[in-house]
Amino acid sequence: MTRVFESAVLDVPIDAVWRVLRDFNAHRLWHPAITESRIEGDVPADSPGAVRAFRLTDGGFLREQLLTLDDARRELSYCLLEAPLPLHGYVATIRLRPVSATGQTFWTWESRFTPPASRAEELAGLVSRDIYRAGFRALEAHLQSLVLPEVSGPRATAAPVPPSLDVPARPGPAAAGLARGSRRARTIVQTGFGGPEVLVGHEVAVAEPGPGEVLVAQSHVGVNFIDVYCRTGYFRLVDPPGIPGMEAAGTVAALGPGVTDLSLGTPVAYACAPTGAYTTLRVMPAGMLARLPPWLPGELAAAVMLKGMTAGFLLRDVARIVPGDWVVVHAAAGGVGALLLQWARALGARVIATVSTPDKVDLPRRLGADRVAIGRGEAFLAAVGEATAGQGVATVFDAVGATSFDASLEALAIRGHLVSFGQASGPIGPRDVGAMAAKSITLSRPNYGHFVGTPSQVATQCARLFAALDAGHLLIPTPTVLPLDQAAEAHRLLEAGRSVGPIVLATGAG
Amino acid sequence: MARVYVSAILPAPVASVWGRVRDFNALPRWTPFVAESRIEENLPSDKVGCIRNFTLKDGGRIREKLLALSDYDMSCTYAILESPMAVENYIATLSLIPITETNQTFAQWQADFECPPDAEAALIAQIGQGVFAAAFAHLRGQIERR
Repeated sequence: MTRVFESAVLDVPIDAVWRVLRDFNAHRLWHPAITESRIEGDVPADSPGAVRAFRLTDGGFLREQLLTLDDARRELSYCLLEAPLPLHGYVATIRLRPVSATGQTFWTWESRFTPPASRAEELAGLVSRDIYRAGFRALEAHLQSLVLPEVSGPRATAAPVPPSLDVPARPGPAAAGLARGSRRARTIVQTGFGGPEVLVGHEVAVAEPGPGEVLVAQSHVGVNFIDVYCRTGYFRLVDPPGIPGMEAAGTVAALGPGVTDLSLGTPVAYACAPTGAYTTLRVMPAGMLARLPPWLPGELAAAVMLKGMTAGFLLRDVARIVPGDWVVVHAAAGGVGALLLQWARALGARVIATVSTPDKVDLPRRLGADRVAIGRGEAFLAAVGEATAGQGVATVFDAVGATSFDASLEALAIRGHLVSFGQASGPIGPRDVGAMAAKSITLSRPNYGHFVGTPSQVATQCARLFAALDAGHLLIPTPTVLPLDQAAEAHRLLEAGRSVGPIVLATGAG
Repeated sequence: MARVYVSAILPAPVASVWGRVRDFNALPRWTPFVAESRIEENLPSDKVGCIRNFTLKDGGRIREKLLALSDYDMSCTYAILESPMAVENYIATLSLIPITETNQTFAQWQADFECPPDAEAALIAQIGQGVFAAAFAHLRGQIERR
């Protein structure tokens, strides 16, 4: 009997580590030795008895069975059913323990097996080095580059504010940036249409909230591509001089008459028209606010509300994902792309991700993409052909626009669906609709405001998003946080396409 | 049933830490709060069933019985027989696990006990912070000064 024992301390909270480890099929997302994995049959990945069938980077094929899973003790054990090496009778146990006071995680990984005597040392070394020790550092790096909101306390508090007050979405007083009032806000004003230099810091007065409205003291503001489109004038949502931005998180600072379902200090967030989010204080219709669950801090909420609800309505309302379908997610290292990719996988799709440059390949891989292609040219189409045996994919999610549109159409299967929801590379321009009959293609061109535009739509989309986050389906790449005053710099970063992960402006409040 | 759990990373190989804490009569040597300790009936301090009888620096006297000792698992389990604390059925385990990656020690100390409900929070804080965490911090200091 050979025994292998390895252990390490990870600089990551124990709940985050356990949430990944308890998913018996998640090892493909973080372990460097594993390329693909699936759970056999129709059983959940966290049910003892589940079998994972997976392939190593060297081509070896293995099957392992989950024997025990204990959430209270944070322990699991599994055995090998099939392996290319003589690891006879291999049973392994993983245990996590919290390191008090430091918030770190102590992880032990051990196994026993009976190898041929002549190979005992070699095999023990391989297991301890290539699997266990490599795994510790890989999972730590995986989790440090992604933020998983930590669930604490009761989970039932994630409900958005019920739309009891049916306040229509209309430009709030702060949207114009010129309201009279006694409170002062630091804001970013868009002085015209043009480059990032049109974004200029200003101090403005903020009115008291009217009936059905609340004043939000904003701690974090989300920066999105739609803000760039507003700045350049591609979308006419900001009428200069006006305040840009459609997403922020903070706390309730004052209540207008008739608002009974929120209290002072309640953490809230929103992602909707009208623009006006680049500010420290803002009046919003109460019905458009989501009450934040306790495990979702403002910084992450501002990073995930707009992109997450976008991914949600694209996957659930615009497209329909059938488990087993192949789908394409372009720009999968970007804000919406990274969420679309994970959520599509959680709904059972197989995903071909594309990224613009080789340095962005890593993120979609770790988020679970089945294939990752660089660019939207021949390599991309070859990956589609290979994955689908020449059939093409069921759905393409495309916010790249000008440089990807034609390849997206080509990648589709007969009766495929192109969901075109952005144009990061430039306007798409006119196209021949008649040619789409060659494959009976459906083209969607959804507008965020038509899916997240009313209090009841906000409630629906928020509930879906928070549930997906709470279930651990969506990891949020660590946001890049800049001070509010550097909004122009944030736009430059976003437009340069160099950023991986969301960009958030911190107001310094909250 | 109340439970206290405290853990710490100690910057020394596990064999060396086990050498310091294995002796059931060694509390005065590695904790900051025990003034003196003896094993009753002149028994060896690693005989399962022996009783340590020790005095705290604040004057309190405690008697504890060794229930289990494992050099293989590097763990020691004991029960309180008498103490100034309002606890019943108190059983605690101190154990060490090697951190192979850094050749250091993960130390954990857990106690389960019964007590009046209104005293539970204070006892958990007193035992967790005042005893277990304080002892680990003291031991860590001894190792670092070595």
